[in-house]
Amino acid sequence: MPLFEALRLALQTIRTQKLKSGFSLLGVFIGVASLIGAWSIVNGVNRYMTEKFAQTLFGVNTFQLRRRPMFTPNVPDSVWRAWARRPRIRFSDAEALNAGFTVPVITAWQSSDNQTVSYRDKQARDIELTAASERYFEIKNLRLALGRAFTAQENRSGAAVVVLGDAVAQRLFVDRSPLDRSVRIGGSAYRVIGVVEKQGSVLGFPLDRFVVVPAQSPAQNLVNPPGILDAFLVKAQSEPEMRLAMDQAEGIMRSRRHLRPRQDDNFALDTSEGVQRFWAGISRILVVVLPGVVLVSLVIGGIVIMNIMLMAVAERTREIGLRKSLGARRRDVLRQFLAESAAIATVGAAFGVVAGIGLTFLIAAASPLPASVSPVSILLGVVMGAGVGVVAGVYPASRAARLDPIAALRQE
Amino acid sequence: MFRTGDTPLPDIIILSHKLTRAYDMGGEIVRALQGVSVQIRKNEYVAVMGPSGSGKSTLMNLIGCLDTPTSGEYWLNGQKVSDLDDDELARIRNKEIGFVFQTFNLLPRASALHNVELPLIYAGAGARERRARAARALERVGLGDRMEHRPNELSGGQRQRVAIARALVNDPSILLADEPTGNLDSTTSSEIMAVFRELHRQGQTIVMVTHEHDIAAHAARVVTLRDGLIASDQLQAA
Repeated sequence: MPLFEALRLALQTIRTQKLKSGFSLLGVFIGVASLIGAWSIVNGVNRYMTEKFAQTLFGVNTFQLRRRPMFTPNVPDSVWRAWARRPRIRFSDAEALNAGFTVPVITAWQSSDNQTVSYRDKQARDIELTAASERYFEIKNLRLALGRAFTAQENRSGAAVVVLGDAVAQRLFVDRSPLDRSVRIGGSAYRVIGVVEKQGSVLGFPLDRFVVVPAQSPAQNLVNPPGILDAFLVKAQSEPEMRLAMDQAEGIMRSRRHLRPRQDDNFALDTSEGVQRFWAGISRILVVVLPGVVLVSLVIGGIVIMNIMLMAVAERTREIGLRKSLGARRRDVLRQFLAESAAIATVGAAFGVVAGIGLTFLIAAASPLPASVSPVSILLGVVMGAGVGVVAGVYPASRAARLDPIAALRQE
Repeated sequence: MFRTGDTPLPDIIILSHKLTRAYDMGGEIVRALQGVSVQIRKNEYVAVMGPSGSGKSTLMNLIGCLDTPTSGEYWLNGQKVSDLDDDELARIRNKEIGFVFQTFNLLPRASALHNVELPLIYAGAGARERRARAARALERVGLGDRMEHRPNELSGGQRQRVAIARALVNDPSILLADEPTGNLDSTTSSEIMAVFRELHRQGQTIVMVTHEHDIAAHAARVVTLRDGLIASDQLQAA
């Protein structure tokens, strides 16, 4: 019997036994749907991390000099305490680095803390106040929707000007233009000179609740003690140049801190890779757990299908005997039942794919997780589903194929 | 007289030579056939009779290539089939034998036409050819207007005629019927016998196992088995 006939027969059997087939494909359905759903989340976050977060928010070819790394999963207390004892990054460090780099880089100072920003009787609480130097906008890829960023001159002189994040502008000014209005931050008045384009959110964290002021404005006192920085941002023009600049930064900092060759760095040079490593640590957990969940549902699905197929073989013993008496060879019977269980599983997998995609859109719409369907997961889901069907069908089908036609025909 | 090592004459469709079949029933050997030699020519109409336990079912399974003998030879249409393997036997069943069963054995969810097509599927015929030949076979048994009906929409006699059409569709050497009227009333039985008579008239070789004398009376020759041996082999007037 050609494969096509076997498939046609299988689909016909599924059609006539809808309920039974429906139950039997449930396991594969759930397995494939969860595979695609979970994979989509990992895939979506992955893409977000590599494309948007690392590239745009952290900055391409950018590193940060910090007292300690920014993203650090599972750090023991002892390490954390050691980090807290490290000296902080000083203005003078930043200036020494600027003077020491031999590769073309742009740099910026950055210190941040949460503050309340107010305009007349309106307040925006828990706003990230960043005191930064003028190239900060360039390094962070912050484009202005209104007005302008502050200049190097304004930065040096510590001018009381501020650039608002979109959410802050919305909160304080609603539809009016905030330009040239005066907002208060920590008791001082700042003139609004610009508003940054809306940034959206990442993993549910809003990215527009910030204001940026010149690093040496009075607000510096709100975010750090005098002369202290949270981070020194360095952006190079290419990856190799960034590596070179990092080496130079390390050398300069070590010599400034008089570290002996055997001593470890007592500062951190963070790149977007660090962020990605942090994420990779999380996604590795998912990558370990996810196949487990999928495997369990597929194994259960396979067992269900095997049972249904064994029942089908028992119920249709006479039919098998008849087919054999009419000239069906063992491999014809084998193929018929294999095709049937593979078809059940594939139909289940197909429904699972649809449900998984639906689930993905639901997750993307209802949660902050940036889920996105991966084509590979669809292919894998269908192939695995069909594979489960074939594997689960082998035993029942070979039992059917081995039936003695005389005994099978005599069966009531 | 046929001897081991001979080849049957060309018009001999069925030749069994010293055919035996023994079963191992949990240590006890049951000799169902103890050396049956019989020859059936083309276009014969033979009834096989005998009480239960006489070995007629065993003989019918051997003739139908559903089983292989313990010893002896069996030739079907010029081919020695007693030593073929499973797949080759399946091919022989498909090409040479048309089964008609007491309980019809139709697929309940398939139309009459599809039931008749079944042997052609295993013969590897294309869909169009299958359809045409199945339709012709159904017309031959007078069911040209019932092709799309399912078995449960047909009467007992009609069902058995679908089964006969299925048996004929591959132009087999023999029509092998096992109690073909066992599940039918007497009116329908004689209707089926009329179909058999007509097929015989058209040249079909028919072997029919039955325990009913009035059904056996339709055949031209009656072979009676007793205790695994041929007790009598008689020609009778039609």
